[in-house]
Amino acid sequence: MLTILFDGIAYGMLLFVLACGLSVTLGLMNFVNLAHGAFAMAGGYITVIMMNRYGISFYWCLPAAFILTALIGVVLERLLYRRLYSASHLDQVLFSIGLVFMSIAAIDYFMGGQQQLINLPPELSGRFGFMGVDIGRYRLFIIVICTVLTIALQLALTRTRFGSQLRAAVDDGRVARGMGINVSVIFALTFALGSGLAGLGGALGTELLGLDPNFPLKYLIYFMIVVTVGGTSSITGPFIAALLLGIADVAGKYYVPQLGAFIIYAVMILVLILRPHGLFSREGGR
Amino acid sequence: MSGEHNNASMEAIRLLKRTGRWQIWEFALWLVAIAAIFVLPSQMLILTEIAILALFAISLDLILGYAGIVSLGHTAFFGLGAYAAGLFAVHVSSEPIVGLLAAALVSGLFGFLTSFLVLRGSDLTRLMTTFGVAMLLAEVVNQAAWLTGGADGLSGVMLNPILGYFEFDLWGRTSYIYCLIVLVVLTYVARRIVNSPFGLSLKAIKRNQRRASMLGISPTRRIVAIYTISAAYAGIAGALLTQTTSFVSPDVLAFHRSAEVLLVLVIGGVGYLYGGVFGAVLFSILRNWLSVITPQYWMFWIGLVLIIIVLVGRERLTRWQALLPGSARNRQARMQHAVAEESK
Repeated sequence: MLTILFDGIAYGMLLFVLACGLSVTLGLMNFVNLAHGAFAMAGGYITVIMMNRYGISFYWCLPAAFILTALIGVVLERLLYRRLYSASHLDQVLFSIGLVFMSIAAIDYFMGGQQQLINLPPELSGRFGFMGVDIGRYRLFIIVICTVLTIALQLALTRTRFGSQLRAAVDDGRVARGMGINVSVIFALTFALGSGLAGLGGALGTELLGLDPNFPLKYLIYFMIVVTVGGTSSITGPFIAALLLGIADVAGKYYVPQLGAFIIYAVMILVLILRPHGLFSREGGR
Repeated sequence: MSGEHNNASMEAIRLLKRTGRWQIWEFALWLVAIAAIFVLPSQMLILTEIAILALFAISLDLILGYAGIVSLGHTAFFGLGAYAAGLFAVHVSSEPIVGLLAAALVSGLFGFLTSFLVLRGSDLTRLMTTFGVAMLLAEVVNQAAWLTGGADGLSGVMLNPILGYFEFDLWGRTSYIYCLIVLVVLTYVARRIVNSPFGLSLKAIKRNQRRASMLGISPTRRIVAIYTISAAYAGIAGALLTQTTSFVSPDVLAFHRSAEVLLVLVIGGVGYLYGGVFGAVLFSILRNWLSVITPQYWMFWIGLVLIIIVLVGRERLTRWQALLPGSARNRQARMQHAVAEESK
């Protein structure tokens, strides 16, 4: 029972790291980016290539996945995404679906369609018992990293100058520009941060979620649930939504496997009917 | 004063009627489709596929182009229709036409029930709910293996000859003619719908929902109605797929189908019904051509096409419609030209 809770929390934390970039682009910048999973997949494949081909340690792969994916993100933002900030939602959907299709086919071409496996360092694999709870070392590792990241992110958004500039740019881009904030640079940096976090999540999730070319489509719905159910008030909303989703999914698969993902979709639709703007919506945002 | 008013409303009615008039290119299009039966006897299977895809895209155009609802899960209705037709043929009756109507009924009913989900919220909420509904159905189909055959699909769908006379043949000739007739009839009906006062009020809602309701047009009931109709259309398209291939796989509910039909509609152009037909033709040609060149990776090029379409701008790409003889845009352009000449 507690083990399931623990696994669920680890899974939820991972989902949060994967999805929090999306909660910024989609929730705050109002850009429907269905290609977010592609960045996570990029991070996962970067890890796989670095570890399996070049034998680099797993601990170095994580920051590398973050930085490289952030770079990919910023290049794509400058070249393509930027043009579509003001486009209609339909255009954004079409564009990001196109990007997803391209990434799936490209990965399939270069890496093949099979599941990718990595060998975790020995100190991270295996489980140990702690006060009657069966704890996976790797899951504990994920929880620690994600907790640190979440706190850092929360502080960065609320306490730093960058955070307040971002909030200003999102609330009213025109006024923010008038106050001398370089909105376009802020957005580019935020986008890079979001994609970098997705890449890091993908790297962390390779072991837990599996990695194959269909990754962006398979987990798209989860990311979207986290963001839409969590709302856009702060990153607390998506965080709680991700935890709930993770626990519900793990528990659901354990106790009632025949219902599968059914419950999750049903709950999501229900929440969206009752609260179209998510559980924690904010006033006055776009 | 009242005479002037009368003139203005007469003029408005005249203009409205003109947009609803049949154009030469529409007849030409259907003639080409009929001629294809004799000219391309070896391509019947692809042509059938195109006809089904066209019908599916038209159903999406009804809600996207006329009511402005962006759906990421339109394949829910397509798949539901496909399964309904398959199960109907296996368990109830193997008469195709009745099966088609049954599928339309089931999908329409489901569309009616889910239409209440798209009434509230923003584009994003709609995207998520439609997407969620499609995923939900896919999950149900996957789990209810005793009914649907699960991941293996539903096979053994045997059909009687249509109306007792026209048997489905191996080359797909009957299938194509059957699909084409259904497509023509349903396009005709859809044309009547969108050119009716009801269709015009939908356009008003799409442009500006608040203004429409201030003019006394209740958006709720109209959106429910068009969503139901659109779902029934998609269901019929799915049923046609089942009947012509005698097989249903869970693939009919997969996400890529929802994306595909959006792409088809966008290639052909949104908001004039025939976009679905043109888009289906172009898309199928493109896909067949690409899958000959790169069998496994055609998805890459489809994605590239999507991105290019969006970056270049959908408006600019679909401007070729104006070249069709007698189209409304063409006339508009000519009128502007004439005005410009006069003012010189």
